[in-house]
Amino acid sequence: MASKLTQSNSAGWAFALPGFGLIALFIVVPFFFAFGLSLTNQRLVSPNPTEFVGLANYKNLLGVGMITLEPERNDAGEILRGQDGEIQYPRVRNYTRKNPDYPHLDGMREWFRWSSGDNAKVVLAKDVVFVKALKNTLTFVVIVAPLQASLALLLALLINQKLRGINVFRTIYFMPVVISIVVVSLLWRFIYSGDNGLLNNILGALTFGLFEPVDWLGQPSTALGAIIAMSIWQAVGFHMVIWLSGLQTISPVLYEAARIEGSSAWQTFKYVTWPGLRNTAVLILIVITMQAFAIFAQIDVMTSGGPLDSTQTLVFQAVERGYGKQDISGGSVISVILFLIVLSISLIQRWLTREKN
Amino acid sequence: MANLSLQNLQKSYGSAHVIKGVDIEIADGEFTVFVGPSGCGKSTLLRMIAGLEDISGGDLYIGDRQVNEVQPKERGIAMVFQSYAIFPHMTVRENIGFGLTIEGVKKDEWNERVNEAARILQMEHLLDRRPSQLSGGQRQRVAIGRAIVRKPAVFLFDEPLSNLDAALRMDMRMEIGKLHKQLDATMIYVTHDQVEAMTLADKIVVLKDGKVMQIGAPMELYHKPANLFVARFIGSPAMNLLDVTVAESTATGHIVQNGSLDPVEIATDTQAKPGDKLILGIRPQYLDPSHDPSAGKLHGTVSITERLGTETILDLTLTDGSKLVAALPEDAIFKPEETVSLTFDPARAHLFQPEDA
Repeated sequence: MASKLTQSNSAGWAFALPGFGLIALFIVVPFFFAFGLSLTNQRLVSPNPTEFVGLANYKNLLGVGMITLEPERNDAGEILRGQDGEIQYPRVRNYTRKNPDYPHLDGMREWFRWSSGDNAKVVLAKDVVFVKALKNTLTFVVIVAPLQASLALLLALLINQKLRGINVFRTIYFMPVVISIVVVSLLWRFIYSGDNGLLNNILGALTFGLFEPVDWLGQPSTALGAIIAMSIWQAVGFHMVIWLSGLQTISPVLYEAARIEGSSAWQTFKYVTWPGLRNTAVLILIVITMQAFAIFAQIDVMTSGGPLDSTQTLVFQAVERGYGKQDISGGSVISVILFLIVLSISLIQRWLTREKN
Repeated sequence: MANLSLQNLQKSYGSAHVIKGVDIEIADGEFTVFVGPSGCGKSTLLRMIAGLEDISGGDLYIGDRQVNEVQPKERGIAMVFQSYAIFPHMTVRENIGFGLTIEGVKKDEWNERVNEAARILQMEHLLDRRPSQLSGGQRQRVAIGRAIVRKPAVFLFDEPLSNLDAALRMDMRMEIGKLHKQLDATMIYVTHDQVEAMTLADKIVVLKDGKVMQIGAPMELYHKPANLFVARFIGSPAMNLLDVTVAESTATGHIVQNGSLDPVEIATDTQAKPGDKLILGIRPQYLDPSHDPSAGKLHGTVSITERLGTETILDLTLTDGSKLVAALPEDAIFKPEETVSLTFDPARAHLFQPEDA
């Protein structure tokens, strides 16, 4: 029905205005604000005027350094050892607290160390929590992206069959997606619980009680892995549906042609299915990568970044600093760094998966 | 090369019977065309031969082997689909060689056989193109190339020309005919176009509602249609069908007449007694109109004259109000509204039972 209203240009803009306005107010403006604020010392509430500080915030976050510590020796030149026989090293803070010989290490703290002969190599960071968050986030992405994508593809291939009751399976696999991530995280906290959690009980039952209960979220060695497993489970259904839609764009007659030529299941996948999914694969990889970089809710609900910062992530830190510590500029810096990382990875992915012709 | 034998072949989806017991014998090297209106089951029958559809009942033999349960690739067949079914991400060369790739044929032989197929189809210059760079006719040629490269015993064509425009269709039709002579292979070709059937076939199978209406050489079907359906389906323009009444039965046939037809004796083995209603069939080409209103046995007036140069088509209204079409082999001038009479050779006319429809 072409009425005056639907054809009028100004009416169209008027209808679009509320949407545009909200997007501008809550997405576009904050996006540019983040860039601006990251160059200042702005706090959420502060009596002091805001000052422009240039790239100082970035230097404070990204600054890393390294020192080699030589063992402490007695007058005879022998290496001093502690009660357990471990080598005694000078304290790191001797180098990082106003030491005029090491001005570039000033204010840094130890991130991790390893021994090289009798010496110890120590990697220092200006902001240890941030670099841990960066490392955890990258670990999360590197594990989640390929695992979630391939698991989702596997599920999509399974449910892309004409079987009785296939919709039951589709529903089951998709269900975690429609449940709020906060609810899912709370439930999984019970599953991972150390004293009487479902996971420990199952593992105990399967091994006839031999399995020692583990506090999955309470140990630095298992906490991130536990969150990774749960995150893959939670969102795999969403990507399964995208794969499924990709699978269904492949003409069935191509499969028939392959069947006539005697193609095995694997050959059919290799020559028909996978090439037909190329665009879907690019989309899914980029979407998963971006979602994985943005991991926040699971951390917030399940571990709050702990134990011992083993589950700190970039977005969690950005929120923590911006609102928890009221350090808006600090949060903005992390947001901008995250944006640049995701942007460059997406560009690299697009370039790697481009149509070669 | 192989002969085929379809014995009481049946197909049903649940309670819907699509193929209702079909018996066809196809000799080695024969070009057989399945023809019929859409929904007659011709494509289903072809797909049953290919192994893409299960056989619900009856037996299918290729050569001496019963192949009801045999996988498509084991049947020694190749199929060309209406929508080409060539792989969009592969070059023409890879598409043609697909079956050989699946089989794991060695590189030298692979090249040799692909090049030979390309030479037969005169498309050597297209080998490195992608399907998106090809015209419809070229794509279909790629599909045919993929079929011939494996040297199958039986070729199956499922309406291969339906997606092409009229001019191209004629060229490709001739090429397929040539290909058959060149390869001397058994070919089964499905079409709804009776012209394709007439021009290509050694043997035509006319199907309707999952049943065989008639099997025979093209000219046999043209001159001796077994029933009204075949009479209507084969020939262009379609055969004229007039309701007539039996006036008298003779030793060799019946004398029939109606309001616009003077009594005429038609030799037939169709059973009828005086007073019975029959249907008289005469092809437009066998009617000879005359300006003299009393020269022939059929009477009517000219409605429209279509002069095509090689042929003149007359649309006539008979005195009893029924319509008739006459096709004259040369340019002839009949004015609209002119009263004419038509003569015909009773030996060229057919009598059908009305229920044959």
